[in-house]
Amino acid sequence: MDDLIAARLQMAVSLGFHIVFACIGMTMPVLMAFSEWRWLRTGRQVYLDITKAWSKGAAIFFAVGAVSGTVLSFELGLLWPEFMKQAGAIIGMPFSWEGTAFFIEAIALGVFLYGWNRLNKWVHWLSGVLVSVSGILSGIFVVSANAWMNSPAGFDWVNGKAVNIDPVRAMFNDAWRAQAIHMTLAAFISTSFAVAGVHAWLLLRHRGRLFHQQAVKTALIFGSVAALLQPISGDFSAKDVAKRQPLKLAAMEALYKTSKPAELVIGGLPNDDEQRVNYAIHIPKGLSFLAKGDWNAEVEGLDKASPQDRPPVLVTHISFQLMVMIGFFLAFVALLYLVFSAGWRRVLMKRWWLRIVAFTTPLGFIAVEAGWTLTETGRQPWIIYGIMRTKDAVSSMPGLRYSFLVVTFVYMLLSIIIVWLMRRQINTIDEFYPTAKTS
Amino acid sequence: MLTVVVIILGISFILYTLLGGADFGAGIVEIFAGKSEATISKAMAPVWEANHVWLILAVVILFAAFPPVYASLSWVLHIPLMMVLLGIIMRGTAFTFRHYDVHQGRSHKYYNFLFHLSSFITPFFLGMILGSMILGRITFDSTQGFYQMFMAPWLNLFCFTMGAFTTCLFSYLASVFLVGETSVDEERVKYGTFAKRSMIMTMILGLLVFIVAEAEGHHLTRTFLNSVPSIILLITAFLFCPVIWYFLNKEKNKTVYLRIGAGIQVTAILVGWFYIQYPVVIEVKDGDELTFYNTQAPPATLQQLIIALTVGLFLVVPGFVFLFKVFKIKST
Repeated sequence: MDDLIAARLQMAVSLGFHIVFACIGMTMPVLMAFSEWRWLRTGRQVYLDITKAWSKGAAIFFAVGAVSGTVLSFELGLLWPEFMKQAGAIIGMPFSWEGTAFFIEAIALGVFLYGWNRLNKWVHWLSGVLVSVSGILSGIFVVSANAWMNSPAGFDWVNGKAVNIDPVRAMFNDAWRAQAIHMTLAAFISTSFAVAGVHAWLLLRHRGRLFHQQAVKTALIFGSVAALLQPISGDFSAKDVAKRQPLKLAAMEALYKTSKPAELVIGGLPNDDEQRVNYAIHIPKGLSFLAKGDWNAEVEGLDKASPQDRPPVLVTHISFQLMVMIGFFLAFVALLYLVFSAGWRRVLMKRWWLRIVAFTTPLGFIAVEAGWTLTETGRQPWIIYGIMRTKDAVSSMPGLRYSFLVVTFVYMLLSIIIVWLMRRQINTIDEFYPTAKTS
Repeated sequence: MLTVVVIILGISFILYTLLGGADFGAGIVEIFAGKSEATISKAMAPVWEANHVWLILAVVILFAAFPPVYASLSWVLHIPLMMVLLGIIMRGTAFTFRHYDVHQGRSHKYYNFLFHLSSFITPFFLGMILGSMILGRITFDSTQGFYQMFMAPWLNLFCFTMGAFTTCLFSYLASVFLVGETSVDEERVKYGTFAKRSMIMTMILGLLVFIVAEAEGHHLTRTFLNSVPSIILLITAFLFCPVIWYFLNKEKNKTVYLRIGAGIQVTAILVGWFYIQYPVVIEVKDGDELTFYNTQAPPATLQQLIIALTVGLFLVVPGFVFLFKVFKIKST
């Protein structure tokens, strides 16, 4: 295996692993704080039990997220030293704010997880709110650094060196807003639907239990709002990408030739040799409207760039299609949920509805992985878009493939253990929480 | 401005050694002092993640303020850094798994094994990395070949001794801290005995660091003897030994003195070491060196970094005080 490919795969595995825990770390505190707040207001035991059961599961995810995040902060240098040599001073700012936010998160988390019997109830709740706020902020700061790679700003590139560095402009680059909103919503959708799905699945096994009903409800409130907002944010993101990274958009849409107007390609298998997409649905003028807001606008295709500057089409296009498909499906489920809870509450108890919710468990995370894959492969061959190529940034240490194999093995093992451990925890909910047994 | 950044970097490094070091040390103490899982879990669980963030902070400061240092360290020390990372992953996950896995049984054996192994590996390789930074065998000359570039700088007797010294120092810190974490007399005596033994071991290994350095051709002793503040600091650390020994022999309620004493010792050793090295961060082969001065980021970056860190410290320090007040003071 080529060392560059090994390094890219190692980064993909590490980030693909960490992103799941980061999403959970951004969302679970909000769900827990919300549930605890309901307990404080109503005094009903079930809300307290839900909060506590969730916090035991979340604690595992937080710990794994903290260490896998640490790994990433080192891997940036271990794999991409040439990138960090230039970029460190430019994107250090979001990372230093992220460090601060993460610090507060870790402190507040310690208080939240272990301070149940030591603190005033409202002080305890406040620590949960603090974990939520700092968790979301640290996610946004990291995304801002990634946005800078897509939309480099705040420096001049002179003879292969960054000069006149302005870290503030680098942090608030053109892409950060769209990416931060999209990622935060994605975190809420993936985690909320996963939580709701697991409890729906338990409801199918133990009919009518209040504990799981309330848990599904809390999770779906957040998940639904986020899932309905996501298509809007997605449209905003796509228009943004069309402006800044036309080639990424072309790869996402598998648009080989610059067209005016351009048709929207849904699904299909891109074929680079024939420069066409097989088995796809074609909607005339669709892409022109979605990307530019004008049915007859010209959309740049991959032919605008020389072959060595083009991103890989197959992976980018398929990831994009998968993400959008899941996004719309979850938005549809969210819409159904809101309609049912407004007028037809009895439907929410039906088996077929619970089956749908249980089915959504992994979907949000699949969409997150797909979306992240598309944004990274769509930026290739650049590590800093238009400035530095990925192949020029990689470490010259021979044998990077061994690092990749070790990291992959460790993360696979951890994933298996975590799934197995969560099953164990879920199976013992009944033993610890009296409300989980009552209907 | 540079001074402020270096001071904050130093503080986070010292705090990581004291707090994170004690957490890693606790795993080592557990290997040698037998069954004490409950005490260590109770002491570590609420604070280890927050303690660990000091390392992340130090890394972030390093790559934002001194990008060439970060980039070249992670380039040539790829292998030992990977070992540290594996240790960090294993320690954090194994500790959490064993804390949250409600079933007792075979799985706990594996968690414990990984927890012990990683608590040992991580400080050892951290020490090796620190050793290789000062030994002066690091080279950026790609014609030197794989072994000379990526192995020789850290795979030697001096770095090995530094690794052993760091590991021993961490377990000393941990055992001194753990004395105050238990209310069972028997356990307290056990930690006390371990603290005394590791104190002696740390002193022996500390002496060995100097001897091996000479043997490997690095004149640490001469540099050290030329620096009066470092001599004073080392003597301070040394003079605290009998004091701590005395308090370890006494009955209860002296945990605060013990902790402050051990904290001062370790801080003195670290500051003394900084003093000798400053402003050099990495000694490079053939007399070259990377210093805080020749690797610093532009002023605009340092300025923004200081703002973020100052705001951060104003929020984080009270948070830390609160966290330790809730879990460390109320519990004793």
